[in-house]
Amino acid sequence: MKVVFERPKSLQPTKTHYCPGCGHGVIHRLVAEVIDELGIQDKTIGVAPVGCAVLAYNYFDVDMQQAAHGRAPAVATGIKRALPDRVVFTYQGDGDLAAIGTAEIVHAAARGENITVIFVNNAIYGMTGGQMAPTTLVGQRTETSPYGRDPQVAGYPIRVCEMLATLDGPSFLARAELTDVKNINKAKSYIKKAFEMQLAGKGFSLVEILSPCPTNWGMKPIDAVEWVKKEMVKVFPPGVFKEPKEG
Amino acid sequence: MKLEIIMAGFGGQGIMLMGEILAHSAMLEGREVSWIPSYGPEMRGGTANCMVVISDKRIPSPIISSPDILVAMNKPSMEKFTPMVKSGGVVILNKALIDERPARNDIEIIEVDASGIADELGNMRVANMVALGVLVGKTGVVKPETVIKSIDHFLPEHRKNMLEINEKALMRGIAEIKK
Amino acid sequence: MEKVLMKGNEALAEAAIRAGCKCFFGYPITPQSELPAYLAREMPKRGGVFLQAESEVAAINMVYGAAGAGVRVMTSSSSPGISLKQEGISYLCGAELPCVIVNIMRGGPGLGDIQPAQSDYFQATRGGGHGDYRTIVLAPASVQELVDLVYDAFDLADKYRNPVLILGDGILGQMMEPVVFKERPAKELPPKTWATTGKMGRQKSNVINSLYLDPVKLEEHNRKLFKKYQEIEQKEARYEILNGDDAEYFVVAYGICARIAHAAVEMAREEGIKVGLIRPITLWPYPKKAFEEVLPRAKAFLTVELSCGQMVEDVKLSVEGRAPVYFYGRTGGMVPTAEEIFEEIKKMRGLS
Ligand SMILES: Cc1ncc(C[n+]2csc(CCOP(=O)(O)OP(=O)(O)O)c2C)c(N)n1
Ligand code: SF4
Ligand SMILES: [Mg+2]
Repeated sequence: MKVVFERPKSLQPTKTHYCPGCGHGVIHRLVAEVIDELGIQDKTIGVAPVGCAVLAYNYFDVDMQQAAHGRAPAVATGIKRALPDRVVFTYQGDGDLAAIGTAEIVHAAARGENITVIFVNNAIYGMTGGQMAPTTLVGQRTETSPYGRDPQVAGYPIRVCEMLATLDGPSFLARAELTDVKNINKAKSYIKKAFEMQLAGKGFSLVEILSPCPTNWGMKPIDAVEWVKKEMVKVFPPGVFKEPKEG
Repeated sequence: MKLEIIMAGFGGQGIMLMGEILAHSAMLEGREVSWIPSYGPEMRGGTANCMVVISDKRIPSPIISSPDILVAMNKPSMEKFTPMVKSGGVVILNKALIDERPARNDIEIIEVDASGIADELGNMRVANMVALGVLVGKTGVVKPETVIKSIDHFLPEHRKNMLEINEKALMRGIAEIKK
Repeated sequence: MEKVLMKGNEALAEAAIRAGCKCFFGYPITPQSELPAYLAREMPKRGGVFLQAESEVAAINMVYGAAGAGVRVMTSSSSPGISLKQEGISYLCGAELPCVIVNIMRGGPGLGDIQPAQSDYFQATRGGGHGDYRTIVLAPASVQELVDLVYDAFDLADKYRNPVLILGDGILGQMMEPVVFKERPAKELPPKTWATTGKMGRQKSNVINSLYLDPVKLEEHNRKLFKKYQEIEQKEARYEILNGDDAEYFVVAYGICARIAHAAVEMAREEGIKVGLIRPITLWPYPKKAFEEVLPRAKAFLTVELSCGQMVEDVKLSVEGRAPVYFYGRTGGMVPTAEEIFEEIKKMRGLS
C-alpha cells in the first residue's frame, strides 16, 4: 500500500502547542518536507524566533538555536559565517522580523547573507495576546489599536518583500498565502526554491507566508482563512518579487 | 473574618468573572479583598483559576496555599486543587462535569449540577453564577443583593439584557443550599 | 472617595494619566500587556499620546525625546525588554531627563518565563547600563500603593531630573484590589526651563546632551550627579515596619514577596515568635534607617526574595555585621508559600 500521509522526517513526533486553525503548524510541515526532499536534514540549522513559534526548536528535527526577539537573522549570520557549508534558516513572525528585528533583517538581506528566512505574516502579535503588528492592516482592531489601526497614529503596514526587493543582496523573495491546497503547494514550491538558492550559494532568500491567527483575530478558523483571502492579499499581493535571471 | 477561596475550571467557563464578581461585592460591603488570576500560556485552551481573599483586616498575602473553599467547575480542577483545601473546608463541585468524588473525608463536599441548572435556565454560560450562588448561600459572606449589583457592574452596556438570567442563576444556586 | 476594583497593570496606567503623563511609548511583552492596552484605549480620549514602538530600544529613545521636550512620559516593559532599554536609561541619566519606567519583572535570565520574579534587583538598583549613575527605584506591594507611587514617581522624576523605576512583578500586575484615586494637589516643582521646546523667544538655545568630551568637564558633571544622588539618599528613602515594636527577629522583603512574608510573620506571631517585617518601599535609595531603628533589639534578619539572593547584599551592607543575615529565595517564577517562609523564620530563631 502506498503511504500518502506521513510525518516528514525533519519534524519531531510531538504534538505542537498551536491553536486550532493556526498557520504555524502547516508551515512547519512545509519546511520539514522541503528539508527532507532536498536531503539536507543533517546539515541544516534552524533559528527559532520569539513569538508563537518560540518552541519551534522542539518541533523541527534538525539542529536549532533560539534567538532573542528579532535577532534571528544576526544569529543565523553568525552560524552561517562559522559554518558556510551548512544550511541555515530562520523562522520568524511579523513582530519579530518587521518591528523589533527590522535592522537585523534589512542588513542580513543587504549583505546577501546566504541564509533562508521563513517569514510568517499573521498581521498580529500572536504570542503576547493580539497587539498591533507592523503588518496589521489599516482599520484592523487589535489590543493596542482598539479603534482600528489609524494611519495618523500608527502609520501603514510594512510590505517586507517589496521593501527588500529594492536591495541588491537578496536572490529570491516571494509571498504566498496559506489558504487552499493550490496556494499551500505554491508556498511549498517557494520554500523549496529559497533553500535551493542557498544551496547554490546565491545569497539571501526569504519566503513570506500570509497565515491565519484565528485566536487573536477573534474568528473561527474557516473565517480566518477567508480573511486572509479577502483582506490580507489586497495589502500583501502574493507573487515572486525577486529571482535570479535565467541563464 | 477571613475567607480564602480558589475557583477553577476550563477557560471559557467564566471562572475569572465569578471571582471578580465575588471580590467586587465584598468590596462594596466594605471588606478588604484581593483577586489573582492564573495567567500566561497555561490559559491557552487549558484550565483557568483565580484566588479570592475576603477579610475584615488588611490582607497580608493574596496568594492562597490552603483555601477554605474550592469551587471546581471541571474534573482537572477538582483533582488539582482538592488536596490543598483546609481540613474542615468546603469543596463545591459542578456535578455535570465531574463524575468522581474527591477521596477526602475531612472536608465538606457540595455537589451541584451547575451546568444542568444553567442549561435549564436557557444559557450554559451562567453555570458560574449558579456555583457562585451556592458559595454565597453556604457562607453568607456577601448579601445576594450586593452580588446582583456587582453582576450589573460587570455587564457591558450592550449585555444588560443578561442581568435577569444571571440573577436567576445566582438565586437558583442559593436555593440549592436551602434545599 | 469612590473605591474601584482594578488590576495592578490597569490601575498603574490610570494613575499615570491622572498624574499628568502625556506620552507613553512601549513594545508588547507579557506580563504587563494590560498596561499599554489600557493606555491605547484611554490616551486618545484624554488628550495623550499612545504609540507602540518597533522595539524597546526605540521606545526608550522616544521617551528620551519626549522627556527632553519637557512633558511627563512613561514606558513600561518586563525584564528582557528592560535589558534592551538599558542603553537609553544611561543616556537619560546622563542628560538628566525625568521619566517613569515600569518593569513588571518575570523570570530570567534570557527569555526565562513569564511568571513573577524579583531577579532584576541588581540591574535596577546598580544602574544597569554603562556609566556612574543611579535611578530611583520604587517597589509597591499592593495595588493601592502602586497607584500612589505612580504619582510620586512622576514628582520625584521632575524634582530631581532623573528617571524613576517602578519595580513590580507578574502577580502585582495581574492582581485586583480595591483602589482609591485620591485627588492630589499639584506639587511645587521647578519649571522645566531646560526643555528643548523651541526657543520661543528665549535668548539661549537649550541643549539636551550627555557628551562631555573634556574629561575635566565630565568629572564635574559626574560630581554634580553624585551630589544629587546623595541628596536623594538623604531625603527619599522609604520603608514600612510591621509587627516591629517588640520584635527580636526581622524578615526583610519587598513587593509581592513582602505580602507573603507578612502572612508568615502573622503565623509566627500566633506561635509566640517575636518577629517583625521590614518592607523597603524604595530599593534605591535603600532604607538603611529602618535597620538602625531595629538593630538595638534585632537578633537576626531573614531576607526573602524571588531570586537567588540580590537585595540580601543591601541588607548586609545596612546591618554591617552587627547581626546575622539569612536568606531564603525561590526563583525562576516560583513563589514561596507563607508556610515555607514560616519554616525559615523558625530556623532563624534556632540558629541565632
Ligand atoms: C525584548 C523583548 N521584547 C518583547 C518580548 C515579548 N514578545 C514575545 S513574542 C512577541 C511578538 C510576537 O509576534 P510575532 O513576531 O508576530 O509572532 P507570532 O506570535 O504572531 O507568530 C513579543 C513582543 C520579548 N520576548 N522580548
Ligand atoms: S495565537 Fe495565533 S499565531 Fe499563536 S498559536 Fe494561536 S493561532 Fe497561532
Ligand atoms: Mg505575528
